[in-house]
Amino acid sequence: MPSQNVRVHVYGWLLLMPAAILLIAFTHFPTVATLVQSLFTTGTATRPAAFVGAENYQIMLEDDVFWQVVQNNIWYAVGTIPVSIAIAILMAVWVNARLPARGLVRMAYFTPTVLPMIAVANIWLFFYTPDIGLIDQVVSLFGGGSHNWLGDPDTVLGCIIVITIWKEAGFFMIFYLAALQSLPPELEEAAHLEGASRWYYFRRVTFPLLMPTTLFVLINAVINSFKLVDQLFILTKGGPDNASSLLLYYIYEVAFSFFDEAYAATLTVVLLAVLAVISVGQFLLLDKRIHYR
Amino acid sequence: MGAVRGLETGAAWLLALLWVLPLLYAFWSAFHPAEYATRFDLLAPLTLDNFREAWSQAPFARYYLNTFLLVTSVLAAQFVLCTLAAYAFARFEFVGRELAFALVLVQLMIMPEVLIVENYTTMSKLGLVDTITGIGLPYMASAFGIFLLRQTFKTVPKELEEAARVEGCSMLQVLWKVYIPLARPTYVAYGLVSVSYHWNNFLWPLVITNSVETRPLTVGLAIFGAPESGVEWSIITAGTLLAVAPLLIAFLLFQRQFVQSFMHAGIK
Amino acid sequence: MKNQMKRYLARLIGGIALAFTCATSAFAAVELTMYYPVAVGGPLTKIVDGMVTDFEKQHPDIKVKAIYAGNYNDARIKALAALKSGQPAQLSVMFSIDIYELIEQDAIVAFDDIVETAEEKAWLKGFYPSLMENGMTKGKTWGIPFQRSTIVMYYNKDAFRDAGLDPAKPPASWDELASAGKQLVKKDAGGNVERWGAMIPSTGYPYWMFGALTMQNGQVLMNRDGNQTYFDSPAVVEALTYWHDLGNKYGVMPTGTIEWGTLRQNFLEGKTAIMWHSTGNLTAVKKNAKFDFGVAMLPAKQRRGTPTGGGNFYIFKKTSPEERKAAMTLIRWMTQPERTAEWSIKTGYIGTRPDAYETSALRQYVKEFPPAAVARDQLEFATAELSTYQTGRVRKLLDDAIQSALVGKKSPKDALGSAQKQSDNLLKRYR
Repeated sequence: MPSQNVRVHVYGWLLLMPAAILLIAFTHFPTVATLVQSLFTTGTATRPAAFVGAENYQIMLEDDVFWQVVQNNIWYAVGTIPVSIAIAILMAVWVNARLPARGLVRMAYFTPTVLPMIAVANIWLFFYTPDIGLIDQVVSLFGGGSHNWLGDPDTVLGCIIVITIWKEAGFFMIFYLAALQSLPPELEEAAHLEGASRWYYFRRVTFPLLMPTTLFVLINAVINSFKLVDQLFILTKGGPDNASSLLLYYIYEVAFSFFDEAYAATLTVVLLAVLAVISVGQFLLLDKRIHYR
Repeated sequence: MGAVRGLETGAAWLLALLWVLPLLYAFWSAFHPAEYATRFDLLAPLTLDNFREAWSQAPFARYYLNTFLLVTSVLAAQFVLCTLAAYAFARFEFVGRELAFALVLVQLMIMPEVLIVENYTTMSKLGLVDTITGIGLPYMASAFGIFLLRQTFKTVPKELEEAARVEGCSMLQVLWKVYIPLARPTYVAYGLVSVSYHWNNFLWPLVITNSVETRPLTVGLAIFGAPESGVEWSIITAGTLLAVAPLLIAFLLFQRQFVQSFMHAGIK
Repeated sequence: MKNQMKRYLARLIGGIALAFTCATSAFAAVELTMYYPVAVGGPLTKIVDGMVTDFEKQHPDIKVKAIYAGNYNDARIKALAALKSGQPAQLSVMFSIDIYELIEQDAIVAFDDIVETAEEKAWLKGFYPSLMENGMTKGKTWGIPFQRSTIVMYYNKDAFRDAGLDPAKPPASWDELASAGKQLVKKDAGGNVERWGAMIPSTGYPYWMFGALTMQNGQVLMNRDGNQTYFDSPAVVEALTYWHDLGNKYGVMPTGTIEWGTLRQNFLEGKTAIMWHSTGNLTAVKKNAKFDFGVAMLPAKQRRGTPTGGGNFYIFKKTSPEERKAAMTLIRWMTQPERTAEWSIKTGYIGTRPDAYETSALRQYVKEFPPAAVARDQLEFATAELSTYQTGRVRKLLDDAIQSALVGKKSPKDALGSAQKQSDNLLKRYR
């Protein structure tokens, strides 16, 4: 019945409509608008916006801070992702095994996930403060001197990475825990009977079976490494000398303290491009995975 | 073997201790007088003064209200919008469905945080800068929610729907009577994830709000913690605990539910 | 009879009502909306509210609505947004360094174009000149100083005694700061520092602290038109070299950057004997210091010097002549000597006019609490805070240069040279 058919189309679209309007307004339209804006100058009351083509991109390529921020972001990703995944697996394996006070341990691991980054940054600031901070107090117990953790460009990014790992590992643990619980217990029993060591079993059986989860977590972690900049507002404001600034933080700074929307849009385009590459990568990787099955 | 196990248990505990250490410190500093903020002395007197001081220095009550309004309005809107869209994707074969679904999934990658610059412009055109609606609006149609609910709806047996139809249920009644009740665990899971996300969200609320009447706790806390004239530790930690308390208490009480919800939302 | 009575009553009521409307409309001839950069509910709101109420009592023809907008950044954004959307806003207290941004947005009028009488002109000349600097450009005055502060040196007198220094003689020159600082450093048996000699914060507002050092070396950071900076002038390079050397050569300060927010805690914990900080910390230090502390002017190289900081009154351009006049009345009232004295005593901000310090109230207060006079006495040597067109960017260039020199990534000369080059690029279109 054709009228029935038309109704299905209309209903489908009507149901989708409210969500679609918001998605278009706050995801698709701004994405396009960002591209357009990056081709103009920022207008003020006395100087209206003008079309400049690729000039903003030219400026960006000559901007030392931009390159520094990109470099930081890469180190931030490289520093946080593998470690937080490794810790997450370790946590999941421990919490999944028969461990005394397992509930408490699991809760401890997971707690950072439910706390706002901005709040925990306040606490970590105290840890890192030279002389009176907790880390320096512990170091001095062992006879070490004080170190200016956040004021030294060599250590500041490391400090930010540590917080991010601390915040994320417990979150990723959950996914591994779910995956581990879905593995058939007979597998481990069989391995045990054959006298395989736990490490061998983990390396040859568990880890490969966790691969899909690892992929999923990996993509989440990569996106987060470009998105998670809250702690910078409290801890370093990107300093010293941009040593801890990340791309999204720089975008915020350009847009909301320099009021240069056009340049902020140009930088956003880079971020969008990175995310696009990740999605394509994800698509290809997931595709391959399905293929192997 | 036993020794290795013991060592592992010790390591697991040590890691757990490390992981809650920041929180433990926050409690220490918040419940003790300022002079003990950096000194650890078991005999240090306990006090609630820091909380009193923090409470009087910043309008925390208003921030609680704002965060509460934000989180509930976002959640309510997400439930409605995502349910409708997910139902469309799961059960209606309309033209352009695959393309529309792909376009929805774009938001999984390009989250509203990334588009703060343009979204700010849009909000100022709509006159929604510095409103709680303005904070919530970009998140209300959530690709994640649509995706999750669509997966759940797809597992609902067709026969159930047909039975309801035979009884004369309209399309929306079927949704209400068959699909939504069956998807309850998904709603709980998604709800918890959404609430903790928006309770903790910072960057976009920071950009879009500039008054006490709209600022959520996170933004209020950031301003409270970074005054022009310097930080007073004990009071900051007290303020920090005030800001995280409701969510933390909820988490401690419903720990299992939280963990399972995050698991449920994670396995797609 | 009854009818007549009714009619009479009706007329009476109508007449009274009419009289009331006339009266209220005469009284509420002008309504002013003023944006103010403090957080709602803070102690400052009560003080400002009190002043506004007093003002309205004395000027029944002007009504003032104060909107408390948060910090300086919020106040500017909110006021500009209100103007754009046509909501009323006639005047505002905003960051003194916002002046060029406000001019570029064509948002404010110069006070020279509003003042009429000789009395008003005299009033305009009655402020401390150094506080006026940030409000003047293009030969006109755009901002009237109100909520203003400077940098002072806090020092721990007990630490001075401990190190064998005279607590009545805080270091008055760069050399003295370096040598006294060295003496004040205390190390434990293992060679670890237990107490530093001095700390100058280098996060948050490094450009502000640096403005003090360069002024002490006889050089300002920018011109009066806000379109030229002097970052690479030899005196500026020398100032940064000195700052760098305090940590790296003399060992007086920790190397790397020093956190603005936690510095006060370090000072209160006795981890540094001297700190440079805003006068805004005075109350907190007074309340929490468990040792004998002093407040002194910053030391001198060629001369003494500090930048000023804080907020000015601005009047918006989209205003009727009556509104401007009313706004002027309000601002003049708020800056009367007695008001200024009261404001300064209650808040700790500097009295903006010499005649305020002549009032008996402020004279008495200074006598009881001498540190309050340090900021005032230092005003004689003060200069404008860094403020140019594109001020956020230019400021960040200088901040980055300072930090990169302090952490040893670049030499002061290279760092400042490249900052100057980039600032020239930004500012050349305003020349």
